[in-house]
Amino acid sequence: MIATLNLLIAVCLGYVALLFLVAFLAERAALRGRGAWLRSPVVYTLSLSIYCTAWTFYGAVGYAARAGLEYLTIYLGPTLVMIGWWWLLRKLVRIGRTQRLTSVADLVSSRYGKSPALAIFVTLIAAMGLMPYIALQLQSVTESFTTFARMDDSAMTLEDPRAIAFWVAAGLALFTILFGTRNLDANERHHGVVIAIAVEAVVKLFALLAVGVFVVWWVAGGVGPMLEKIDASPIRTWQMDGGRWAGLTILSAAAFLTLPRMFQVMVVENEDEGALRTASWAFPLYLMLMSLFVVPIAVVGLEMMPQGANPDMFVLSVPLSQGQDMLALLSFLGGFSSATSMVIVAAIALATMLSNHLVMPLWLRFTGGGAVISGDVRGVVIQARRISIISVMGFGYLYYRLSGGGTALASIGLVSFVGLAQVLPAMMGGIFWRGATRIGALVGLGIGFVLWLWCMLLPSLGEGSIIPAHVMAHGPFGMGWLRPYALFGIDGLDPLVHAILWTLLLNTAGFVLGSLVTFPTPLERLQGAQFVNVFQHSNNPQSWSGGIAQSEDLMVMAQRILGASEAQALFQDEAARQGLKGYLPEPTPDFLALLERRLSGSVGAATAHAMVGQIMGAATVSVEDLLAVADETAQMMEYSSQLETKSEELVRTARQLRAANEKLTKLSVQKDAFLSQISHELRTPMTSIRAFSEILRDLGLNPDEQKKYAGIIHDEAIRLTRLLDDLLDLSVLENGQVHLNVRSCVLAEVLDHAQAAAGAQDGTLRIRRRRISEEVMLTTDGDRLSQVFINLVANARKYCDASAPVLTISVRSDGAMLTVDFVDNGSGIPAEAQDMVFEKFSRVSDQKAGGAGLGLAICREIMARLGGSVGYLPGQGGGAFRVSIPIQGEVTMSQPASTQS
Amino acid sequence: MAMRPKSSPLFLERRSYRQRRLMDAARLMPILGATLWAVPLLWGDGGQGDAGARMSNSNAMVYIFGVWVVLVGLTMWVSLRLKDDSAEPPSTSPPRQGPPPGAAQ
Amino acid sequence: MGKRVLVIEDEPNIIEAINFILSRDGWGVDTHSNGHDAVDVVLAKAPNLVILDVMLPGRSGYDILKDLRAHPQTAQLPVLMLTARGQNKDRDMAQRLGASRFMTKPFSNAEVLEALRSLVPQ
Repeated sequence: MIATLNLLIAVCLGYVALLFLVAFLAERAALRGRGAWLRSPVVYTLSLSIYCTAWTFYGAVGYAARAGLEYLTIYLGPTLVMIGWWWLLRKLVRIGRTQRLTSVADLVSSRYGKSPALAIFVTLIAAMGLMPYIALQLQSVTESFTTFARMDDSAMTLEDPRAIAFWVAAGLALFTILFGTRNLDANERHHGVVIAIAVEAVVKLFALLAVGVFVVWWVAGGVGPMLEKIDASPIRTWQMDGGRWAGLTILSAAAFLTLPRMFQVMVVENEDEGALRTASWAFPLYLMLMSLFVVPIAVVGLEMMPQGANPDMFVLSVPLSQGQDMLALLSFLGGFSSATSMVIVAAIALATMLSNHLVMPLWLRFTGGGAVISGDVRGVVIQARRISIISVMGFGYLYYRLSGGGTALASIGLVSFVGLAQVLPAMMGGIFWRGATRIGALVGLGIGFVLWLWCMLLPSLGEGSIIPAHVMAHGPFGMGWLRPYALFGIDGLDPLVHAILWTLLLNTAGFVLGSLVTFPTPLERLQGAQFVNVFQHSNNPQSWSGGIAQSEDLMVMAQRILGASEAQALFQDEAARQGLKGYLPEPTPDFLALLERRLSGSVGAATAHAMVGQIMGAATVSVEDLLAVADETAQMMEYSSQLETKSEELVRTARQLRAANEKLTKLSVQKDAFLSQISHELRTPMTSIRAFSEILRDLGLNPDEQKKYAGIIHDEAIRLTRLLDDLLDLSVLENGQVHLNVRSCVLAEVLDHAQAAAGAQDGTLRIRRRRISEEVMLTTDGDRLSQVFINLVANARKYCDASAPVLTISVRSDGAMLTVDFVDNGSGIPAEAQDMVFEKFSRVSDQKAGGAGLGLAICREIMARLGGSVGYLPGQGGGAFRVSIPIQGEVTMSQPASTQS
Repeated sequence: MAMRPKSSPLFLERRSYRQRRLMDAARLMPILGATLWAVPLLWGDGGQGDAGARMSNSNAMVYIFGVWVVLVGLTMWVSLRLKDDSAEPPSTSPPRQGPPPGAAQ
Repeated sequence: MGKRVLVIEDEPNIIEAINFILSRDGWGVDTHSNGHDAVDVVLAKAPNLVILDVMLPGRSGYDILKDLRAHPQTAQLPVLMLTARGQNKDRDMAQRLGASRFMTKPFSNAEVLEALRSLVPQ
């Protein structure tokens, strides 16, 4: 059997389809709350394996064939980091979770006073560092294609490899967009992606182990003969530059921490700190298995393959040369997995940074007033991420073209590593040293970045492509001490060790000096304390002071960014936690901090801070002032923040007590008023009836008058009956003795009936509905539900004060519950009355509207009976009521909603 | 709720002595690993010296992978033991207000 | 002829009934149906007697009564209070504020006429 290119493409597409299916199933399971296994430590460990890219899969063997055991350094570094999790990773993950960090750039920016400049800088470094890396993946996939094609006897003329690379890049971009930005939720966590990566991790490990087992036991004939072969091979002796051994180990450890994709899976996607315990030993095990058979494959490849065969492709070409097409195909899939999983996560991570730190701030600036008046931000975020992914892939392809596609895979990867390692001093300093400042971080990063460009990235593009050959040899303008491979005239170092040494050394020096001579802003110092002492205080001292903020404004903003249902749920939960009813919690510092973190999950810390700050007015300044006064020592800061928290708590408790008391007073007044209300409502029609019946009895009337007055008596009697009916209905509902006629009905029909019965056809009120969304089957009491709808429509008709009243009825379903929102365009119900509208005999306006004020009270009781609820929905720009109905009606026979009256 | 435990206890807590030593062990792991893997630096760079004194790569592999297996085993032992007891080091208090359960999507 | 009554009440049917009964009995009847400007209307019409409902849109009957009693022109004006909330505290309130007579709805027509005759000597 000959593996043709067409077959390869078919296998790739099939494999991608399988991954999609896995991702889809995982996301659905997560949505339904059955996703616990998605977050198991094993999945977490496997997801870390995106560290092993095509560089590992193909490049390690090539690396070993060229330089013996040096390839191991790339895995020893991360192993040391993982087994040292108690020092560093534990802290990093905790910080990431408490601060809701979205990326490395977010971490650095957040630590140094939520500085946008730092975020942009780190993003740029990450973007530039990623370019060679993406190019590496493109190159390896392209080479694996051509390796297969070379074996293809049907000898289709080999296409230009650059064209293949282009299609691979385009395919990967599409793949990533579909994977990473599929959800309209601009959330930072991706269950589907993580599980797909875990699957790919298994595939690539299995493939590499299969090739290794084949080589050791099939080709060489066992472990003993294999070791002999190694001792007989060109790479039989330990030839190691000590500087490279140590330098590369340190470099790979650094890159493991700073690579955006590693941060993404290690910190951002982490939902359970406990998973780190397992990963601390399981991931080193994975790395060990991945590197175990590298040397045997390299040795056998060197022995069997012709001179000049590309050692980077031994993993493929050795099985192919032995006629093991299926094994080669498996190995091809392993390489494809390595490349795709890395590209997906790296592109998602970078796209998050680009959209959060570059696009969103710019967009917010250009749209003027910020989130409060602008439209839905989520669409912009998603679009920005898609465009970012395309540009990332585009630049990767460009680098591939520029570098000529001929370089060894390992050396390309190292260019990236050194670039990203520049973030390390700012990151470590930020986590362990409270004295680190923003200026220091900027200086260090700047120095490291420039040196990296000069000593590594630009030369890596090839002699003479950007830096002319004479500059390489003699330095710019003849300044010998600036030669890219021999800074300060220190010659003879290995270029890589040279670059690692100078970039990290000067970067760290700049960072430390910059921090020592500058003074941090109060916000920086707060964040510094938060990061360094994350285990001591995970509460957030940079509190917004409550009270000034309008909860409703916050809600309007949050709805735009998080989406309406998520924002409403968040606010409702918080209100419930504070013991308040409805959707508007007190804007306590705790809540604002929570809200800010939630927002930062979508738009980044700096932007979220600015947005909340915008609504909170001058609160930023006051906190900074306060802290500038409460100065110096950690103890003092701690103490003052404790005091602040306590007094805030006292104030809040007092406010809640006052609210509760007010409500109780109102209720007791209402209860008193209840009897006198009933009396009034009954006596009024009775008065007319008595007066006119006496007139009819006592006075001689002409027939016209008789008829007229009998008519009045009749009308008033009916009014009396209706009132008694309502009272009776309410009393039955409240006592729970109601009989419900539960059957299947279609929501649209119930609404139709209600619309007709409420008299809404007379043109005074326009009703907007979306028929499609209303085609929902319900199991409930349709007549009772209709009664509720009639009331709400009739209320809108009576009270909506817009010049052209419009009522919008929108229906949404979240699985078990159906929510029907009735939103009109009038001025709504004032906040202080929102609590009371569902009480008996409460009328908001003083206009005579005909009813006795029992309608909404009855509605509330009915919905409680039907297992749902009806409530007022603030912040919708008009009067708005939300009805929630269980789709599979479970009718409650328990206590009625209002046990208090 | 209103009263937060002080971050530095007035006198030593009666926490398990074993737990503290395990934490020390966890902290020592990377140092142990780095030390063991620094041994190859002593094998010489192979640039000069006679061929007989050089380390063979098959032996080097056995050593490096052997260290790897030992480190994985030790880390596993320490991590699992740490898990059995409190998830937090004794001197820290649990986060007062992390994201509420279910807040993460 | 000549004795005039002002009825301040918001239920149209009740207004009509009182109007009919009083007209038959020879009274001149004016009606007014909200609380806002009730005091001004009393001052303008200068009736011999006012029938005043307690629950009025805009302003309560008690407040109107208080204003009437405070004004020299109407301090002695006979006022017949009507209320549908027949509780004792309503009666007390009315008496304290200086109502000439207090009646609970529903009333008998004869009772109203009798009260009017006793308050305004023919």
